[in-house]
Amino acid sequence: MNDYVEGFPEVGRKKERIFKFKALAIVAIALAAIVFQVAVPRFVSYLSYLDLPLLVTVYFSVMRRSPIAGVLFGASIGLAQDSLSRGYLGMYGIVKTLVGYFAASVSQRFDVENSMVRFVLGFFFYFFHQFFYWVLKRALLGESVDFDLEQTLVVAVLNAVVAVPLFRTLDRLKITS
Amino acid sequence: MELLLNRYRNLTVLLLAILAQLVLLAYQVKSNGEVRLIRVWAVTAVTPLARMVEASRSSVSHFFSDYFVLLDVREENKRLKGDLDRVSMDNHDLRTELDTADRAQALVIFTQHSPSKYVAAHIIGNTTDSGAKVVYVDRGSSSGVKKGMAVETPAGIVGKVVNVYGPVASMVLLITDSNFAAGVISQNHRVHGTLKGDEGRSIVKIDDVQNEQTVDADEWFYTSGEDGIFPKGLPVGQVTTVRAGKARKEIYLAPSGLQNGLEEVLIIIEGVHAPIPDMPAANQPVQLLAPPADSAMPAPVPAQAGPMSDADRVIDKYRRIGDAQKHVYGDRGTGAPDYNINLNAKSPEAAKPAAPAAPKPPNP
Repeated sequence: MNDYVEGFPEVGRKKERIFKFKALAIVAIALAAIVFQVAVPRFVSYLSYLDLPLLVTVYFSVMRRSPIAGVLFGASIGLAQDSLSRGYLGMYGIVKTLVGYFAASVSQRFDVENSMVRFVLGFFFYFFHQFFYWVLKRALLGESVDFDLEQTLVVAVLNAVVAVPLFRTLDRLKITS
Repeated sequence: MELLLNRYRNLTVLLLAILAQLVLLAYQVKSNGEVRLIRVWAVTAVTPLARMVEASRSSVSHFFSDYFVLLDVREENKRLKGDLDRVSMDNHDLRTELDTADRAQALVIFTQHSPSKYVAAHIIGNTTDSGAKVVYVDRGSSSGVKKGMAVETPAGIVGKVVNVYGPVASMVLLITDSNFAAGVISQNHRVHGTLKGDEGRSIVKIDDVQNEQTVDADEWFYTSGEDGIFPKGLPVGQVTTVRAGKARKEIYLAPSGLQNGLEEVLIIIEGVHAPIPDMPAANQPVQLLAPPADSAMPAPVPAQAGPMSDADRVIDKYRRIGDAQKHVYGDRGTGAPDYNINLNAKSPEAAKPAAPAAPKPPNP
């Protein structure tokens, strides 16, 4: 039987495992994700829809299974992303803080090593991230920006498609405890 | 309180984190400023990696672009080389045509100014005999060419027709051939001699000149007309070597007619004798212009005050002689004035050699 049948949903030994990573690996992966978003869209414009920092935040949060760790991951990566943008510091920070917290909370209830679960997590948190960012922009900054639902859904699917192989690749860095 | 915090630790941390960032956000919005420290850290951390990524991308991109571009470069290079070869050949052909046109024009000008009658001919080949200095020209009996006619260029004589092969071809024996001979005369001292080719060399020699006769180095020789082939007055060449021999002088000439190569020649159909020119031949190495007529020889003006020296008086006398005969000192081809003219005479008939001046007392 494959992972898709066994892992969604499941109360068992798998969802209780906590995966640790080397600090250097976490920093390097986070930095690589931010550099990717800064450098790659310059010559491959359609890759600008890919939010690697968000996917990395989701991954480390779900694998660490600790909301505090998720908060710290999200805040750090979000503030770094804010630092390299023209917006105010804290916009992406707040949103990714929430993403990290909720991703870690979800990981305590589901088997996050399942590919289908990862796909759904990727889709859901990307949509949540874009929606909440739009809310902050309108509520806190008073900017009248539109929320393109259809485009957000499509891009969310794309990010979810990328998330599955990305998470598989990052699984090689984990230290099983 | 502590139990509350421990129980809701995760939520507390979340709220604290969000609160801190809200404060940060509010500060930036309120003060309309930015928190540079965090941005500097982030940029400092990201910039080196971004540079590495960009460098890698550009090198890979250039590699692939150069690879694919090179596929066309070879074909383009081949095409350009072919174009270059074709253009070089066209350029060479055009230059040859231009040179031919220049030579043809020079021949036309020369024939127009010469009293002899010529027919122009092209050198079309050499003989297969390695020792002979013989060429073929593209003129024959149909152009009036006959055996024994002289052949020259504007620069000098080059040979004579020894055979006529039909209407369109003739054989010309060059002056450098050992079988060639012609009568010549020197320009300065009017020394007669016989021009002969020197076997195996591209120079000519003058025979039959006695050691007692004077021949200067760089002196020009012209045809004397005594051989019945070459009209008198055609340039032959300039002396390169002259030395005394056992009984006769050894004189070698550089033939002027062969110095610029041999492409087009003139066959003398009807020759007219011309005097030996006093001035050097036309192809002298240095072009000198005649001095201006109004300031040919600036005569020294005698001093306004004070006595004139003997030299001043002589110079003044010669100046007055030149003025009386409208002679310009230094003008080529006009000769010298008559220094015996009587400057005090009223008419040309009364002009007679002036009496020699009384000797002046020597200066103390």
